[in-house]
Amino acid sequence: MSAATEAIVLPDSVDVVEPGRANWSLRVGGVLVGLVVVVALVSFVWTPWDPYLVDGTNRLMGPSSSHWLGTDQFGRDVLSRLMVGARTTLYVGIVAVSLAAVGGIPLGIVMGMAPRWLQTVLVRANDLLLAFPALLLAIMFGAVFGASTTTAMVAIGIATIPVFARITRSGTLQVMSTEYVLAARAGGRSAPAVAVRHVLPNVTSLLLVQASVSFAIAALAEAALSFLGFGTAPPIPSWGRMLNEAYSVLAVSPLQALWPGLAIATAVLGFNLLGDGLRDRLDPRLADAR
Amino acid sequence: MPSDATDAEQQMQPAEQQMTVDRSGDEPVLEVRNLVKHFPLTQGIVFKRTIGQIQAVDDVSFSIRPGETLGLVGESGSGKSTVARTLLRLHEPTGGEAFFQGQDLFTMSNKDMRAARRDIQMIFQDPYSSLNPRMTVGDIIAEPWRIHTGILPRNEQRDRVAELLDLVGLNPDHINRFPHQFSGGQRQRIGVARALAVNPSVIIADEPVSALDVSVQAQVVNLLEDIQAEFGIAFLFIAHDLSVVRHIADRVAVMYLGKIIEIGTEEQIYDRPTHPYTQALLSAAPIADPRRRAASERILLQGDLPSPSNPPSGCRFRTRCWLFNQMKEEDEATGGNRTDKCINEPPELAERDYDHPSACHYPQERHIIETVDRAEVTTPGDDLP
Repeated sequence: MSAATEAIVLPDSVDVVEPGRANWSLRVGGVLVGLVVVVALVSFVWTPWDPYLVDGTNRLMGPSSSHWLGTDQFGRDVLSRLMVGARTTLYVGIVAVSLAAVGGIPLGIVMGMAPRWLQTVLVRANDLLLAFPALLLAIMFGAVFGASTTTAMVAIGIATIPVFARITRSGTLQVMSTEYVLAARAGGRSAPAVAVRHVLPNVTSLLLVQASVSFAIAALAEAALSFLGFGTAPPIPSWGRMLNEAYSVLAVSPLQALWPGLAIATAVLGFNLLGDGLRDRLDPRLADAR
Repeated sequence: MPSDATDAEQQMQPAEQQMTVDRSGDEPVLEVRNLVKHFPLTQGIVFKRTIGQIQAVDDVSFSIRPGETLGLVGESGSGKSTVARTLLRLHEPTGGEAFFQGQDLFTMSNKDMRAARRDIQMIFQDPYSSLNPRMTVGDIIAEPWRIHTGILPRNEQRDRVAELLDLVGLNPDHINRFPHQFSGGQRQRIGVARALAVNPSVIIADEPVSALDVSVQAQVVNLLEDIQAEFGIAFLFIAHDLSVVRHIADRVAVMYLGKIIEIGTEEQIYDRPTHPYTQALLSAAPIADPRRRAASERILLQGDLPSPSNPPSGCRFRTRCWLFNQMKEEDEATGGNRTDKCINEPPELAERDYDHPSACHYPQERHIIETVDRAEVTTPGDDLP
């Protein structure tokens, strides 16, 4: 070996230094989502007023020191209802996304690992379902099973399964083409073991991003469904429902519509930004570039 | 060899006694006969029609004795990796047999194949893709024990992983690190440790150093050599680089378009190649010494590898063969017809006038690489201007 090559001393390890650049999407998204979560949690122990308390003497009040965001046409405290509404939004989001993940991830892995002919069949079927709008399915469910938070979130969840299946499949195909999967197969790992030990851990970051984005879509869908009367039934507070109620008094008290609208925007923006930030942070394709 | 290797060797001994392979005799540990692997080319989505076959591997035979290294050399697309992957049934073979410990790998039951997978390990080309980025080094090396349970109790695995890390020249304290914290050469060492974990009798190394820097290549090749010397493991060493193979191989097989076109000992292939393709490959190897470089002739191959779905008739190499072109020119002048045989008749891999088999109708020994002593070459008074 020449002196030149000897001079190169390889370090024992290469420590990956996290980039100093600010990930603003992640931070802002995290703060907004955190805000919604904190508000929902606080609402379990404290709200300024009972959100169901009807007060005929204090209807459609503007913001004041006793009712910070005013009251609605039944005299109920808007802030209290918004806080409890955050619970509904998160509840629907969590259940819908969990349902979509539980159904979509295994389906996606099968779609990426099955024999070629089965993959073709499943992918075509999945594409068909992907074309079916979530809202339409939810309205259908609402018509059949009666409008409620449960039907709305189940419908949204089912409609999101194909989205998860598709994302999982693309990740699975990528992982299946790597040599560590080849190594595991050469060593005698069965297909289910490869799926659990190698595929799943390497698609999680992809799925985390998708979950966050799907959460935003689910929150928006729930609001839309409640607004249309196919979601959360009164008197349970839901942001979409509140928007619907504000709509009827829009000319008298436009502020009524502003608060739930802002809340929906905050949650949706928060989850979308969080998804974007997570993508930048976790994307396996960017991981090596760091 | 890492200085602590002797400790590790002592640890290795008891496990090695379990091995059923007798490494002392001359019986091949792995014998491949007439291996064929064709990939169907299909058209259509629902109703698939086979419109052709990619003849990735066509009638390949070789054997490896215990503790021996067979180098398998060829351009990309010549079918080297397909041979390796078919042996481990990562692809199902189209035809042929592969005897390992007297049993045909291609017809054995799943249970027997599981056992065979333990004895035949593989090292992969790309150290960045061959290690799961979400697993720690300890988990990666221990993976074979999770597959073949009962080799090593779980509470002893950690110590053994540390020993293996030490054996391949890595710091045993790095057991909990992730692959991205290592350099390419270090990662390849992790791959080697993973292969060694179950005391295999054969290691198939699929271009194990092609993705590494030249300086690191030598280190990894040396590591493989040391390991082989120590544990008597047989290697199928696949590479496209003849110089790397020369360093490690006892025997060398040269592949072209799915067929072995010349096979022999390291000396026979490097010093007395008889196939025009081998000669061309050897002449393409870079020579560091400018004087020798100027003195050596380079045989240039024209064009690309023909499509394996539609290989040339007769000899597959004839479309790029310098000897074919030379003979054709001569024949046109003299009215001969020697090249007809190349076009019509596929040459068998057989010993013709020389001491090792070559798949050429007109083999001729040709000395390509200067093997003279370096000191002699650099003596002043050369005929160079």
